[in-house]
Amino acid sequence: MFGRLTLEAFKHEASQNIAVLSMVLGGIALICLISYLKAWKWLWTEWLTTVDPKRIGIMYIVVVLIMFFKGFSDALIMRLQQALSVGDSQGFISSSHFQEVFSAHGTTMIFFVGMGAMFGLMNLIVPLQIGARDVAFPFLNAVSFWLFASGAALSLVSLALGSFSTAGWLSYPPLSGLQYSPNEGVDYWIWVVQIAGVGSTLGGINFLVTILKMRCPGMTLMKMPIFIWSALCTMALVVLAFPILTATLYMLTLDRYLLTHFFTVDGGGNYMMYVNLIWAWGHPEVYILILPMFGVFSEIVPTFSEKRLFGYVSMVWALILIAFYSFIVWLHHFFTMGASPKVNVFFAVMTIIIAIPTGVKIFNWLFTKFRGRVHFTSPMLWFFAFLLNFTVAGMTGILLSAPPVDFQVHNSLFLIAHFHGMVIGGVLFGFFAAFTYWFPKYTGFVLDEKLNRYAFWCWSGGFLLAFMPLYMLGFMGATRRLDHYDASTGWQPLFIVVGIGSIVILCGASIQLFGLFWSIKNRKKNWDRTDGDPWNGRTLEWATTSPPPIYNFAVIPTVDQLDPLWAIKRGHSPKPEKRYEDIHLPKNTPMAMYIGALSLVFGFAMTWHIWWMAIVSLVAILIAIIIRLSGDDEHEIITIAQVKEIEAAHKRKMESYE
Amino acid sequence: MKMPKHPVFTMLFFTGVMVLAILIMQPLQILHYHEKIAVLFPKGIIALKQRNLLFIIQVLMLLIIIPVYILTFIFSWIYRADNPKGKYDPDLVDNKIAEYIWWGVPCLMVLIVSILIGIKTYELDPFKAIESKKKEMTIQVVALQWKWLFIYPEEKIASVNFLQFPVDTPIRFEITADAPMNSFWIPSLGGQIYAMPKMKTVLNLIANEAGDFRGSSANISGDGFAGMTFIARASSEDQYHQWVSSTKTSKNLDLKEYNKLSAPSKNNPVEMYQLKDETLFEQIINKYMHPPKKE
Amino acid sequence: MSKKPVTIHHQDTLEPHPDTRLPDPHQDTFSKTTQGFWIYLMTDSLLFATLFCTYGVLHSETYDGATSKDLFSLTTAFVETMILLVSSVTCGLGMLAAIQNKRKFVITWLAASFILGASFVAIEIHEFIQLVQDGNSWKESAFLSSFFTLVSTHGIHVSFGLLWMAVLMAQVYRLGITVITFRRLIVFSMFWHFLDLVWIFIFTFVYLLGVI
Repeated sequence: MFGRLTLEAFKHEASQNIAVLSMVLGGIALICLISYLKAWKWLWTEWLTTVDPKRIGIMYIVVVLIMFFKGFSDALIMRLQQALSVGDSQGFISSSHFQEVFSAHGTTMIFFVGMGAMFGLMNLIVPLQIGARDVAFPFLNAVSFWLFASGAALSLVSLALGSFSTAGWLSYPPLSGLQYSPNEGVDYWIWVVQIAGVGSTLGGINFLVTILKMRCPGMTLMKMPIFIWSALCTMALVVLAFPILTATLYMLTLDRYLLTHFFTVDGGGNYMMYVNLIWAWGHPEVYILILPMFGVFSEIVPTFSEKRLFGYVSMVWALILIAFYSFIVWLHHFFTMGASPKVNVFFAVMTIIIAIPTGVKIFNWLFTKFRGRVHFTSPMLWFFAFLLNFTVAGMTGILLSAPPVDFQVHNSLFLIAHFHGMVIGGVLFGFFAAFTYWFPKYTGFVLDEKLNRYAFWCWSGGFLLAFMPLYMLGFMGATRRLDHYDASTGWQPLFIVVGIGSIVILCGASIQLFGLFWSIKNRKKNWDRTDGDPWNGRTLEWATTSPPPIYNFAVIPTVDQLDPLWAIKRGHSPKPEKRYEDIHLPKNTPMAMYIGALSLVFGFAMTWHIWWMAIVSLVAILIAIIIRLSGDDEHEIITIAQVKEIEAAHKRKMESYE
Repeated sequence: MKMPKHPVFTMLFFTGVMVLAILIMQPLQILHYHEKIAVLFPKGIIALKQRNLLFIIQVLMLLIIIPVYILTFIFSWIYRADNPKGKYDPDLVDNKIAEYIWWGVPCLMVLIVSILIGIKTYELDPFKAIESKKKEMTIQVVALQWKWLFIYPEEKIASVNFLQFPVDTPIRFEITADAPMNSFWIPSLGGQIYAMPKMKTVLNLIANEAGDFRGSSANISGDGFAGMTFIARASSEDQYHQWVSSTKTSKNLDLKEYNKLSAPSKNNPVEMYQLKDETLFEQIINKYMHPPKKE
Repeated sequence: MSKKPVTIHHQDTLEPHPDTRLPDPHQDTFSKTTQGFWIYLMTDSLLFATLFCTYGVLHSETYDGATSKDLFSLTTAFVETMILLVSSVTCGLGMLAAIQNKRKFVITWLAASFILGASFVAIEIHEFIQLVQDGNSWKESAFLSSFFTLVSTHGIHVSFGLLWMAVLMAQVYRLGITVITFRRLIVFSMFWHFLDLVWIFIFTFVYLLGVI
C-alpha cells in the first residue's frame, strides 16, 4: 500500500529530530499566521496562481532564502562536527548522518539557492530591462517555478521521512548504485534533482525566446543591457547542459529501479561514463550560476561609478567565449581518474584558457571605475568583496588545472576552499549585491544601509576565517567529507578557526535577515521618493515606477542606444510619449501549482516505491497538461481607461509621501 | 535619492588589514606546522616536482593578481565620489591599447603556463616508471570497505592498513578496488589516483627519506570512509627485509580469507598475511568481468 | 476568443512585427511558440545524444551474453523505418490540408499517421517482448540496457506523440482550423518529423552498424 515506506522512516537521531520538529513547527506557525491575517485569498489570487514574472521572481527568492537557511544549517553542523570529532571523541552526529548532511548541503546550495537565485533574478529583471511586459511563455514560467519549489519541498520531506542520499551532491556510482546504496536516500536525491532540473530546462527555453523575441523596438542585440547578454548566454548554457543531466539521471534511475547495467560494476556497466556525463553537465552548471552574477556586477559598477561600462563589446565577447569554453573543460573535475597525459593536457589547457575572458571582465570593471565617480553603497561593497575573493579563488583554480598539482589537492579541502571562493565570492556576493540593488524596484523602499554594511563585514571576515585555513588543511592531507580524524594530524586548531568563521558568517546572515524585517518596519523612512529610480540608474527597469505596475510599462519604450534611461536623462534621447493602448495580459491559473504539487507526489511515490501513487500522479499531470493545452489562450485586457487610473493612483500615492 | 556618505577610507583600511592578516597567516602556519604540511614538505621526488610546479604557477599568477589588487585599491580611493581631485570622464568607455594589453598579456601567460603544464603532465604521468639505479618493486593495492589491502606479489605477503618499503626504491603501485570508487593518496610522496573496481590504475612513487607517511582515501565510499587511513613506512633495506620475514608467522591470504576480509568493516587495525594465491589481485579485478559461473 | 474557423493566410504566420502593443497577441505567439519548440527539440536532441553516446560506449559490453549481431533483425527495423517515414508523409499532407483549411482532410491524414505510429509502437513492443522471453532483457548486460533504453525512449516519445495527435484530432474536429489549432498542428508536426529523424539515426547506428 505504501511501497517500502514504514514507520521506521520516521525514526531519526536526536539532532535530526530537532531539525524536523522545528521545520514542522515553523510550518504550523506560518499557517496560523496566514489564517490570523486572513490572508489565504490574497495568497491564492496574488501569489499562488500568478503568472506574473515579477511575482514569480519574488517567490523564487522566498524559496531561496528558506533553502539557504537549510543549506547553511547543514554547513554549521558539518563544521561543528569537524571541530569536535578528533581522536577519541566522535562528535555529536553519526557517520551515516554526516554523509547525509554534506550530500544535502551541496544539493541544496547548488540547485535551490544557486539556481533559484539565478532564475529569480531572470524573472525580476529580464522583462523590465528589455522593455517587455512579460516573458514569452508565462504559464510555462509558473510551471518552472512550481517544479523548482516541488524539488525543494521533496528535499525537505527527506529530512523528516527516511534518509537522504549519502553519496555526495553528484551521487557517483558505484556508491550511488543499488549495490552500495540500496535504501531510499539516492532515490530522494534523483527525484529532487530531476524535478528541479526539468523546471530549469523549461525556464531556459522560456528566457531564451523572451530575450530573442520580445525586446522593445530599437533594442538590437548590441544595444541590450549587459545583464541581458549574460542572461542570454546563461540560458543557452541551460538548454544545452540540462538535457545531459536529465538523461544521466534517467539512466541512474533505470539502474536502481529496473536493474539495468549502465553504471553497475558487474554486467558490463561503466561507472566512469557517469562521471563524464555528470560533469559534462556539471561544468556548464557552475557557469550558469556565475554568468548572471557577472551581468549583475556589470550593471551595478557603471551605475555607482556614474559612467558607462568600459569595453561593452569586449564584455559581450568575453561572456560568449566563457559560455563556449565551459563545454570543453569537464574532465578537469577528474584528472585523477587515470586518463592519459594527452587527454589531461587537452582539458588542462582548455580550462586555463577560460581565465583569459574572465580576466578581461575584471579589468573592464576596474576601468569602469577609472575616472568615474564611485559611490560605495552596499552593492558596491559586495562588488569589492567579490573582486578580492573571486580573483584569488580563480587563481587557485588555475593551480588546480595543472594535472600534476591537481593530483595532490583533488578532493582535499584545498578544492573545497577553491570552489567556495567561486560560489560564495562570486555567486552569493553577486546575489547579495543584486538583492540590495533591485530591492527598491520591487518594494518602493531601500534596505537599511548601515545593517547592510555590518552584514558585509561579517561575511567578509567570516568567509576568510572559514575558508582560508582550508587551503592549508588541504596541503596537510585533509580530504573533504571527513567526519573524524586523528589528533596526530594537527588539524583541529584549524578546524576550530573554520568553525569560528562559520559562526561569524552566521552573524552576517542573521544581520541580513534582521535587516530585511527592520527595513520593512521602517519602510516609510526609506521610501524611494524618486518614483522608481533611487540609484540614478541607466537601464529601462528604472524608467517605471517602484513597484512596477502589473504591465511593467504603460507605454512600451523605444530605444536607440545603450543605457537608454541615462541617454534620456542627458538629453541624448527623446522622452517617451504617453500614448496609452489596451494591454493584453495572461490570466492567473492554479494549473501550474497543481502540476508542481503532483510532481512532488510523483517524486515521493517513486522514492518509496508506492507504484499506484506514482501512476496516478503521473496520469494526473498528463491530464492537467492536456487540459491546459486544450484551452484557448486566456487573456485579460487592461483597457486604456484602467491604465490611466492605475497611473493616476500611483501618482496620488507618491504625492502623499511629500 | 541623495547617496549617503560612505567612509571609503575605513572600508579600504579594514579590507587591507584583512588581506595582510591572511598573507601573514600563511608563513606563520607553515612555521608552526612545518613537516605536517605534507604537500609543501614532500618526502619523495614526485611530490617535490608537483610542489615546485605549484610554486611556479602560483608566482606567475601573482604577477596578474597583485596588479589587480593594487588597481582595485587605488581606483577605489582616487575615484571615490567625494574626492574632488579624481578626474571625471563619463564617456571614457573604450581604449584599444588597454584592451590589447588585457587580452594579450593573459594570452601570453596562458601560453607559457600551458607549455609548462604540457611538459610537466607528461613528466609526472602516474603510469610512468621512475628512473632510478635501484630496481623497481611492485605493490598491489586493493581499496575495500573500509580499509586498504596491500599485496606484495614478489615477497608473497599482504598487509592491511600498513605498508613498508625501502627508501630510494621506485614503487609501482597497481591499484584497484572491491568497493565504490576510492582514491589512493600518500601526500608526502606524491599525488593520488582513483582506486576503482574492475579497473587497474598505476601510480609510481618513491620515498627519498625514511619515515612514516600518512595515507588515506580521497573519495567517499560510505560510512567508514573517514577511518580509511594507513601508514606507509619508508625504511632501510635491512629493516624492510626484517618486516617481510616477520610476517612468516601470520595468517594465510587466499580467496576464501579474502572474501571474509572484504566484508564491510571500519577502523581496521593493522594485519599481516602470507599471500597464498599469487593471482589474487587479478582475480579481484576480474571478479565483475564475467557472469558468475552457473554451478 | 473567436471559435469560428478562420481562414489562415500564410502571411499571418510569418515573422510578425515584434510589437506587443498589437491588440492581437496571437501573431506574436505563433513565432514565439515555434521558436520555443525548436529550442525544446534541441534539448530533446541532446537527451538522445547522451543516450547515443552511452550506447556507443556500452554496445560491446555484452557480459558474455548475446551481441547485436545475434539479436537484431534488419527486416523488422526496415519495416519500422518505412512505417515512420510514411507517417511523416501523411503528417505533412495533413499540414498542407490545414493550410488549405480543409478540416476533414486534416483529420483523415492525422488518423493515417496515428495508425502508422501505433503500428510502429506495436512492432517495437513485440520485438522487446521477444527479446525478454528469450532471456535477453535489459538486465542481462550493459549492451542490452543501453539498447533497450535508447530505443524505448524513442518509442515513449512516439507514444506521447500518438496521445498528442489524438487530442489534436479531437480539437480540430470540435473547433476547426483556428489560429490556435493551426499553431498546435504546426508544433506537433515539428515533433513528429523530429522523431522520424531520431529513428533514422537509431536505424543507422544501432541496427545497421550492429549487424555488420
